Amino acid sequence: MARAVVLGSLISVGLAGALCALAVQAAGGSFVVPGSQAATLDSCVEETDFMRRNHMEVIKHQRDATVHSGIRSTKHSLSGCVECHASVGPDGAVVPVDAKGQFCHACHAFTAIGMNCFDCHATVPRHPDLERSDPAQAPLGSTLLETGAVASERGEGN
Amino acid sequence: MKRIVYREWQLAPQRYWALLAILAAVAGLGGLAFAYLEHEGHWVTGMTNHVVWGAPHIFAVLLIIAASGALNVASIASVFGKTFYKPLARLSGLLAVALLAGGLMVLVLDLGRPDRLVVAMTYYNFRSIFAWNIFLYTGFMVIVIAYLWTMAERKGNEYTKPVGFVAFVWRLLLTTGTGSIFGFLVARQAYDTAVLAPLFIAMSFAYGLAIFLLVVMFAYVQDQRPLGNVLLYRLRNLLAVFIGAVLLLLLAYFLTKLYGARNYDLVSFYLLSGGTYTVAFWLGWILIGSLAPLGIFAHPILGKDRTWLAVAAGMVVVGGFSAMYVLIIGGQAFPMPLFPGQTVIESGFLDGQVAPYAPSIPEILLGLGGVAVALLITAVGIRVLQFLPESLDDRSVDPHLAAAEAT
Amino acid sequence: MSKPKETINRGRRAFMGVAAGVTGVAVAPGVLLHTVVGAAPRSEPVTSAVRWGLLIDTARCADGCTACVTACNEENGLDLQVKPAGLSDEKWAQQRAVWIRKAKLQDNQTGRVTNLPLMCQHCERPPCVDVCPTGASFKRADGIVMVDRHTCIGCRYCMMACPYKARSFIHEKVDTQLTRAPRGKGCVESCNLCVHRRDQGEASTACVDACAREGSNAIVFGDLKDPNSQISQKLVSIASRQIREDLALNTGVRYANI
Repeated sequence: MARAVVLGSLISVGLAGALCALAVQAAGGSFVVPGSQAATLDSCVEETDFMRRNHMEVIKHQRDATVHSGIRSTKHSLSGCVECHASVGPDGAVVPVDAKGQFCHACHAFTAIGMNCFDCHATVPRHPDLERSDPAQAPLGSTLLETGAVASERGEGN
Repeated sequence: MKRIVYREWQLAPQRYWALLAILAAVAGLGGLAFAYLEHEGHWVTGMTNHVVWGAPHIFAVLLIIAASGALNVASIASVFGKTFYKPLARLSGLLAVALLAGGLMVLVLDLGRPDRLVVAMTYYNFRSIFAWNIFLYTGFMVIVIAYLWTMAERKGNEYTKPVGFVAFVWRLLLTTGTGSIFGFLVARQAYDTAVLAPLFIAMSFAYGLAIFLLVVMFAYVQDQRPLGNVLLYRLRNLLAVFIGAVLLLLLAYFLTKLYGARNYDLVSFYLLSGGTYTVAFWLGWILIGSLAPLGIFAHPILGKDRTWLAVAAGMVVVGGFSAMYVLIIGGQAFPMPLFPGQTVIESGFLDGQVAPYAPSIPEILLGLGGVAVALLITAVGIRVLQFLPESLDDRSVDPHLAAAEAT
Repeated sequence: MSKPKETINRGRRAFMGVAAGVTGVAVAPGVLLHTVVGAAPRSEPVTSAVRWGLLIDTARCADGCTACVTACNEENGLDLQVKPAGLSDEKWAQQRAVWIRKAKLQDNQTGRVTNLPLMCQHCERPPCVDVCPTGASFKRADGIVMVDRHTCIGCRYCMMACPYKARSFIHEKVDTQLTRAPRGKGCVESCNLCVHRRDQGEASTACVDACAREGSNAIVFGDLKDPNSQISQKLVSIASRQIREDLALNTGVRYANI
């Protein structure tokens, strides 16, 4: 029963995504925000149309794989999405990816679907350096290293 | 057997709507408190990482066990064949559903992520008594509504006894499940005991009947319907027996904990050195909640006075709140025995110390909101549908009396 | 036209040689460790072939030292917690998340003082997993007990059930979480043996590294199922126990000298 409900809502969301895609194609643009790494790429981890309809399924499947099985090697990681789609403002600071007008919000506001991923997940890449037993090991995937931002937060917080 | 006539609550419209307005206002305040709590986060409450369940859970657990206790009157009528209580069976069922709805509302609204209620209803871990409770609570509502149907619908009357039996067994399982929420926890010295399940059952009998008594007296007085002494005194005596049962099981609980040196600290905390918990125990639970009402019930003059009976029933409810405070909050505040034989002299996380807790306004408003919702459902129910017998005077209630008068 | 023959600058040559040697010596261990550890994100699901655990030698735990606590806080973004405006400091101290804490004990009879860090004990039979209504509190195949925050509804029953009071509830909105340690309002969390490090193939946890840097080396991390691991060998050689062993939880965290 729950599965039917979930399937039904996925189909309706897929339709909304299709509508979204049509609207976007009609508008001749994309939701990718200028200033983000994604703006320089053709398509991201999967085909754009596929992502538009199915990114929620991909995310949901990946979250279980990561939390329960510990798998972090796939290209479907949420932190990878943030890494790529968060845009860098003119002052060099990274804009939160779920902020108004940014990548996620643009489509989610149109489809009126709430998302609570970023209640818990970081909206900008935050990979502060730490001393590790293995100094050759750099934190994963950080082209937008935020040590400066974290350091200032640490100074203010607590 | 004289046919019982059930009639809607005929309170004057202004008074009825005034009552609803008051209850709706309190429920509304509870809703606002929830909105504030959900938006800001639990930091606005008195609950911490040490006392994780607070005032909302006091209200919620009391409402839930009172709900199963309120069904008692109907069970005694249907299952045990005491037709004497039959006229009140419908109200008993309504009150049970209403109290449970109020209690569940408070419980759900206090969740850290109430938006994930759907997750709670689709992902189950059946080792958890909480998961079973979700079924026990919702199943109880369905069964009691079915039970009410069998009572109200003539075609259903023949099913009253079997459905009533199922409802009776179900409510015992429900209260056992509620007591076991605490009884199954090995972590805390105040819990981890099987006697909590029957203690909760006895408490449900007492507090459910006390609330039922207050509702009956209020409804009948407001509507100026006759409420005879015969029924009233029978309910009074029943309540006295239930209070006695609670005291007996409480004695069993403390004696069990006292046997063997391991729990001396805990018992001494509860009975002597626990500050507010000791006061709540002796003054709230024992004196106001148990001994004083028993005294009033047994008194030759006061025990026959309606105002005093209502006051005593109210005191029993106060005792219920004290009981929940002592058990739920006190059990959490008492430090866990991580290092027996050693004293924690420094800790980054209040190890070895009694955890402080003070209820906050949002928590209390949320709890009161649940009470208001329960009373709102009851008030609307008895007004709109036929739950209340037209007369509960001695002649209607006791066939022997009626027969004696007829001859 | 031929250039005059330049004399070889021996000094420069020597300097270059020494510089190359020093760089090689500095980099080599890192390169070696890198290849030895084989640090790469996990691509296969975890299995129960390993069971992660800690051994804490309280005799080595230094009085007043909180390096493990600081390291855990920095690793998981707990030092970035912001006290909500209007909340008293005292209340905040009770409501902010604490994954690991130091405790100092004194024996009632003998007066002997013990220092130790206390965190989630990663029981084999965790009460917190038993009581979670949605199954969000779970034990991973490799023995790490953690919370799946996607499924957690914030009922706090696991916090009631934990015999070590190891869990924390997040009472406030969080904006400063680290990418490697997602955390947010309304869910419950606890020490997860730096599970993000486990899955990236790193050698140990933040608290263990910090304790080693301090020189105390009081905490050892490793695979309890591997008889050749450092922790297993140490467990065989020195006496250790579980806290609250009477509950028969078979904890993954063991303590020596208490």
